[in-house]
Amino acid sequence: MSLAVKFDNVVKNYPNVQALKGVSFDVEEGAFFGLLGPNGAGKSTLINAMSGLVLADSGQIKVQGFDVVSDYRTTRRALGLVPQELIADPFFTIRELLELQSGYFGLKGQVQRNWIDELLQRLALSEKAGANTNELSGGMKRRVLIAMALVHKPRVIVLDEPTAGVDVDLRRTLWDFTKELHQQGHTVILTTHYLEEAEALCDKVAILNKGQVQAIDDTQALLSKHPYRYLKVKVANPEASLVGPLQKLVVDKEPSGYVFQVDKNSSMTQAMAWMEQSGLEVVDVSSRDATLEEVFLDLTSAEVSADV
Amino acid sequence: MFNFAGFWALFIKEVRRFYSVMVQTVFAPVISTLLFLLVFGQVVDSRIETYAGLTYSQFIIPGLIMMALLQNAFSNSSSSLIQSKMHGNLTFVLLSPISAFEFYLAFVAAAVVRGVVVGVGILLVSIIWFDLSWQQPLWILLFAVLSAAMMGGLGMMAGIISDKYDHLAGFQNFVIMPLTFLSGVFYSIHSLPEFWQQVSYFNPFFYMVDGFRYGFFAQADVSVYLSLLVTTVFLILVSVINLILLHKGVKIRG
Repeated sequence: MSLAVKFDNVVKNYPNVQALKGVSFDVEEGAFFGLLGPNGAGKSTLINAMSGLVLADSGQIKVQGFDVVSDYRTTRRALGLVPQELIADPFFTIRELLELQSGYFGLKGQVQRNWIDELLQRLALSEKAGANTNELSGGMKRRVLIAMALVHKPRVIVLDEPTAGVDVDLRRTLWDFTKELHQQGHTVILTTHYLEEAEALCDKVAILNKGQVQAIDDTQALLSKHPYRYLKVKVANPEASLVGPLQKLVVDKEPSGYVFQVDKNSSMTQAMAWMEQSGLEVVDVSSRDATLEEVFLDLTSAEVSADV
Repeated sequence: MFNFAGFWALFIKEVRRFYSVMVQTVFAPVISTLLFLLVFGQVVDSRIETYAGLTYSQFIIPGLIMMALLQNAFSNSSSSLIQSKMHGNLTFVLLSPISAFEFYLAFVAAAVVRGVVVGVGILLVSIIWFDLSWQQPLWILLFAVLSAAMMGGLGMMAGIISDKYDHLAGFQNFVIMPLTFLSGVFYSIHSLPEFWQQVSYFNPFFYMVDGFRYGFFAQADVSVYLSLLVTTVFLILVSVINLILLHKGVKIRG
């Protein structure tokens, strides 16, 4: 399968921090790829280095086989970035901004005007086309950024925390639109703090932490590799105190019971024996695999613990 | 390969930006320059000796035009760049397939347009009241364009380096303003004491004003070719520094 993006040993240093410490991984053409990591992990730096907003100190990034530094004209035509920060331009209306942005890419004429109309309509911006960006709400500004990123019909779409600070309704609209673009064959790279969304949308995920790739795999494979499963136990006597190894397995205490994190390979009988030992009167037990959030927290907190 | 469409779109954007606030960017400098002319011209018209056969008012008109042209060309690129950085909309340009050279050229060309529009505005209003000749119009045009380009480039440098409006204001008030006022706008340097005459020769703005004035009166403090040489050398120098800054992404590409 051909590659949409290839990161090869990318390094970026800032005066007081090494933001990227030799990041290498590939994103396949047509993928819906999630880039996850805690704040300061280097996600935005990596994305910005790919789009030309940041110059990496060393290493190489290729988009559709072209180097983002030496072949920047080709790679910037192939990439559409929705930046994390909201952006305004007090001098122009939304339509004017989209026309100017088209001009930077050498796109004009009726076909382009039709595409701008379609974008405005699809992102529910048609009524605001003549408005200045300063007059818009945060959610509306976010839509404008998406329209700006798509104005040149890029093959690879990069969304840096696109749903940060937007309401539920808009979030759903954005994801529906993004899924549609993905179904049309676009490669989508997404960073988000909403891990349940990454789990639902992304077919592959990389977890970045402190400028390094902590894990990369198909989302389902990453979830199944997680060494734990979770037992939700409803008990009749939640006031009973836990004894023995069970105390260490509690990850959540609920009014009617507990959530225990148990080794995937251990037998359920052992856990049940410990519950009996603690005198728990079990009413119901349900088991589930880890969520992406639990995998993420496990991987990133392990690193933090090791540092301490 | 030159991305002409990209360059043109950015150039048009920069021109439309100052056009949309024309009262502030064109009319205000025209009016304030005419006030200079009114006050200085009327009050000291007969008291200061300039070139033979010229009143003081006639003498300072080219200088005032050049001063406004220089300051407005500088303001156009510097304020546009720092505003784009502050609002974040510079990102849109940085994500596009526009090269450092095309970026530079578009900003400088827009600065030249604003500088020349302001200059022409002052000239048109001045000739209503004052008898002004332009003996060498090509020199006038050449110095107007080269000087505006040099100042557009200098404004761009200031916009790139400045992190906030305060830095830019410092550059404007402590570098551009003194160099402009001490460039012979209001006087011929021959009327200065020897020491200050020598100091003036180190001010590049002096050559721009002097060469521009030569276009009107066919007389100047130094050879027009020397003025052309100095202006061109400074334009090249500023252009090279800007292209290096843009190519390296200093203060604009992370």
